[in-house]
Amino acid sequence: MSNPSNLKYTPSHEWIKTEADGTITIGITQHAQELLGDMVFVEAPAVGRKLKAKEECAVVESVKAAADVYAPVSGEVVDSNGALDASPESINSDPFGAWIFKMKPDNAADVAALLDATAYQAAVDSEAH
Amino acid sequence: MMLKTTPLNQTHRDMGAKMVDFGGWDMPVNYGSQIDEHHQVRNDCGMFDVCHMRVVDMKGNGVRAFLRFLLANNVDKLTLPGKALYSAMLLENGGVIDDLIVYFMTEDWFRIVVNAGTADKDIAWMKQQAAKHAPQLDIADHPELAMIAVQGPNARAKVWEALPGSQELTEKLIPFSAVEMGTMFIARTGYTGEDGFEIMIPAKAAPFFWQTLAEKGVKPIGLGARDTLRLEAGMNLYGQDMDETVGPLESGLAWTVDLKSERDFIGKAALLANPPSSKLVGLLLLDRGVLRGHQKVRTPHGDGEITSGSFAPTLEKSIALARVPNDVQIGDTVQVEIRDKQLNAKVVKYPFARNGKTVVSI
Repeated sequence: MSNPSNLKYTPSHEWIKTEADGTITIGITQHAQELLGDMVFVEAPAVGRKLKAKEECAVVESVKAAADVYAPVSGEVVDSNGALDASPESINSDPFGAWIFKMKPDNAADVAALLDATAYQAAVDSEAH
Repeated sequence: MMLKTTPLNQTHRDMGAKMVDFGGWDMPVNYGSQIDEHHQVRNDCGMFDVCHMRVVDMKGNGVRAFLRFLLANNVDKLTLPGKALYSAMLLENGGVIDDLIVYFMTEDWFRIVVNAGTADKDIAWMKQQAAKHAPQLDIADHPELAMIAVQGPNARAKVWEALPGSQELTEKLIPFSAVEMGTMFIARTGYTGEDGFEIMIPAKAAPFFWQTLAEKGVKPIGLGARDTLRLEAGMNLYGQDMDETVGPLESGLAWTVDLKSERDFIGKAALLANPPSSKLVGLLLLDRGVLRGHQKVRTPHGDGEITSGSFAPTLEKSIALARVPNDVQIGDTVQVEIRDKQLNAKVVKYPFARNGKTVVSI
């Protein structure tokens, strides 16, 4: 599965989708879910929480391990995906659809400065060597 | 350092395994979904590469007497040829060197299977003790023997299909016993809480046997599912649930330690002199989250620690083994520190699941 070109990415394997209203939707990439394996628990940040860029804000746990999810940019949490409580495995089956939380970024420019699909793939490839 | 490989290494890669460094061994952690593999074993059957475990043969006059002294469990319980016994091997101070299975074959041959990570240390210890107490014994390990575990309710039937002649020989084999079949050694043992066999076979023949089992519909299972299966079955993992710094009585292994008979064994004096202040219990997480090794357990009687924890696919809940103060009772609710939260967990008697079913009340 390739990384959709309409999304932005971080080196810590979050994907970011900019919505029409300027909010952003955040999940973890195909590569991240593959590393972690079968997902069994997701803890999303509380709505209203103010986050700084790169702050630990969510946790995804597979049978194997727990991994932190980081805020891609600074901003405020405006929504979280409650459906993941009942079906965390949807991150495995549909990583780019199973979003974890949404933010209202402080600066749209911060989002524009994140990695594009090509740059993210290069970061993943260099990690493997 | 170069990772060690088993005779099945290429076979795993061909079958799409995700390989990981497991204590210096290049081993399959899963072949896709660890949870699917777990259910596969509970509901049907699967096979595991356990070639990294080591077979040690002890031969010679007086081998029983030596093992009576070397092991915490009493090999005098073994009277039928082929019968196996689970035991800890202890240091003088009572710490656990390893846990192992010993098979009684004849009065001058006992076969022992030890863990991979501790094999060299174990054999050195056995030889050192034999030099003092039974120098006539021949102690030889067999890294050239491969080992494949086939586990699950349908495991025995699948092995019988794959291995002509094995049914006649093993149909009446009682649990926890073994029989030789030519150059193979078939034991009705395992580490999953399911019925099945652990089969030793010359390394050269292992890939063919594995393929034959696969053709009969036996699915390969990685070490990931092996860990959740053994945890649900309430079986200890050396290096996590016990090691040289704790004794068997603090590790849920009192049932394997014979302190009542006159028999002396290495570590006995230390066990008698130091009654345990903690014990191993099962935990069932009541809140949402996942229990993991080393998380702190808060109880009214003092703190404890999780030794093994995971999501349990059969229970669809998180479970753990934890070492807690003696006064903690089955049924108590304790708190586990997970990141910045205190989550509630119920203290339960393990095993959690065996023979395809949950056996604790959830």
